[in-house]
Amino acid sequence: MSTNRGTPLVELRDISISFGGIKAVDKVTVDLYPGEVVGLLGHNGAGKSTLIKCLSGAYKADAGEILINGEKVDINSPRDARALNIETIYQTLALADNLDAASNLFLGREIVNSFGFVDETKMEAETRKIMARLNPNFRKFNVPVSALSGGQRQSVAIARAVYFNAKILIMDEPTAALGPHETQMVAELIEELKKQGLGIFLIEHDIHNVMKLCDRASVMKNGQLVGTVNVNEVTDDDILGMIIMGKKPAKAA
Amino acid sequence: MTETTHQPQTQEKAEGAIARFLRSTELDPRLIGMVGALLLIWVGFHFYGEIVLGDGSFLTPRNLWNLSVQTASIGIMATGMVLVIITRNIDLSVGSIVGVTGMYMGLMQVEWLPQYLGLGHPAIWIITAIFGLLLGALIGALQGGMIAYLAIPSFIVTLGGLLVWRGVAFLAADGRTISPVDTTFALIGGGPYGSIGSTGSWIVCAIASAGVIWLVLNGRKNRRLHGFPLRPVWAEWFMGILGCAIILIATLVVNSYPWPKGILKDYYGKLGQEVPEGAFIAHGYAIPVLILGVVAILMTILMTRTRFGRYVFAIGGNPEAAALSGINTRAMTVKIFTLMGALAGLAGVIASARLNSATNALGDLDELYVIASAVVGGTSLAGGVGTIYGAIIGALVLVSLQTGMVLIGFGDGSYRKIVIGAALVLAVYLDIIYRKRIK
Repeated sequence: MSTNRGTPLVELRDISISFGGIKAVDKVTVDLYPGEVVGLLGHNGAGKSTLIKCLSGAYKADAGEILINGEKVDINSPRDARALNIETIYQTLALADNLDAASNLFLGREIVNSFGFVDETKMEAETRKIMARLNPNFRKFNVPVSALSGGQRQSVAIARAVYFNAKILIMDEPTAALGPHETQMVAELIEELKKQGLGIFLIEHDIHNVMKLCDRASVMKNGQLVGTVNVNEVTDDDILGMIIMGKKPAKAA
Repeated sequence: MTETTHQPQTQEKAEGAIARFLRSTELDPRLIGMVGALLLIWVGFHFYGEIVLGDGSFLTPRNLWNLSVQTASIGIMATGMVLVIITRNIDLSVGSIVGVTGMYMGLMQVEWLPQYLGLGHPAIWIITAIFGLLLGALIGALQGGMIAYLAIPSFIVTLGGLLVWRGVAFLAADGRTISPVDTTFALIGGGPYGSIGSTGSWIVCAIASAGVIWLVLNGRKNRRLHGFPLRPVWAEWFMGILGCAIILIATLVVNSYPWPKGILKDYYGKLGQEVPEGAFIAHGYAIPVLILGVVAILMTILMTRTRFGRYVFAIGGNPEAAALSGINTRAMTVKIFTLMGALAGLAGVIASARLNSATNALGDLDELYVIASAVVGGTSLAGGVGTIYGAIIGALVLVSLQTGMVLIGFGDGSYRKIVIGAALVLAVYLDIIYRKRIK
């Protein structure tokens, strides 16, 4: 995938955002092509999540521009991001614990009938369909998601992102709370979504997952971009060096 | 709540009869617990009166009818308080909003409108009532705006409101009591003339029963349509018959409470007739009770069938997730407090109509009963959990304790407060135990 052809799906150009005088993200530029997974790496507090929240609409960047398919867009709220087919799986999963899977999946985008009432049965039926694809073992449709295991909760969060035909998917440490089996399921899902032509930003700490899943990796340190590399041209030690020392390897992309 | 706490255990073993019953009917065990507690209170007061005082007066049509009327204004506000508490807020100002809306409605219908429309004009009551609702909504919106956009905690904003609006209520008419209110307006408060009589009550009974049957049939149809597991047929019958039976019993009770002699004399006197021998005119459902019924149905639809209700629960469960899902949580807060204010205005209509006057003490301490009703009815102060029907049953429990204490001769206030205070703490404690067991 190193042959970066045509217009990128997403371009974040010179994004800056600061909180109380501290520059959380400082003039960072990254891009993402269709059918590609770009890893965002760095220490805790390097600014990865903050950068990505500018794209998902949770924060508004102080400076810089966001381009989708080469066109400049304004993202002021999560609603705007969703309208551009940008879906996010947050590190915290962002689930309302007191609601069931279907209510969470459709939160903010409920199916309503012709009277304007929420069509609960239809939403549950749709949820059953998508879950049958993502996590066939999922059975707990009528309990609050607080009663689900970490993996089950994760699959609800993933289903929410996948169901609405995302073009751009942001995954913030999707495997952090998962066991080996569930991590494998997420990896397979990422491969499948890639084939469908989605672009995926993957925030990930585990270097092995990065080497396995990502096409390119952008490394951040102290709010600044260290550099972007093609994963198949570097070793994991090169990437670790970028993360820890902020040092860019000689043969960078 | 007491009886149900042990049930989850039986469910873990080979499913017991009770567990199977609950699963099939999909009845909320907490609901059964609350209704059980309510019936226990009723029977307890009745037999205490029977045995100790030689006169059980609790389970009489007269007392139950009065109970229903007294529950109306607290119950109406409790339905709104459910939304406020679910979203992790509190509204301490509702009693004062009742006071201030009651006062201005009093001025409106007694001193302002008659100047232009003439005394007793048929439009006075409706203009006054709408004005009261709007005033309540406006106050609620103002407080909600401060909570949402200025980020002042709701406890503080509404504690301020509690004092401010009570003060405004006094200043509105310099502490005067305004009485009597418009005669049509007074009907909203209940009383013999403010009730719909036995024929009207049977019509309400028929409509409500038809509604229950429609709910059962429609629920079954919907499940079949989407291929979800159906409830067993006996459970459907049970739910339908139970619902209709409750409505039927309530109708029989309100229809067996006759007008007192004085009202009969007044009524026949106006017709120019003597009171016939053995005359019996039943009260039937009081208008405020019907208003409570309509509010309960509308609020239940709002909470369970609309996006608005979904968002209320989502904000309560996880405010951050709700915001990330594109829900405008600030606008929601303003809307919820506006609704609460409007319901307090409606309660002000009922309270002042029932008293047939507006005083600046109207609704004093109501906020505590309203909050207690919601909490006794299973609304969690941690947010995210609560039901409309629970709040109304909670209001019934509190009003039952209150009137029951009066009926058995502990009506001087101190004992009543002790019992209600203890009941509130006990109810929440039982609820905590129950929630721990089901986890």
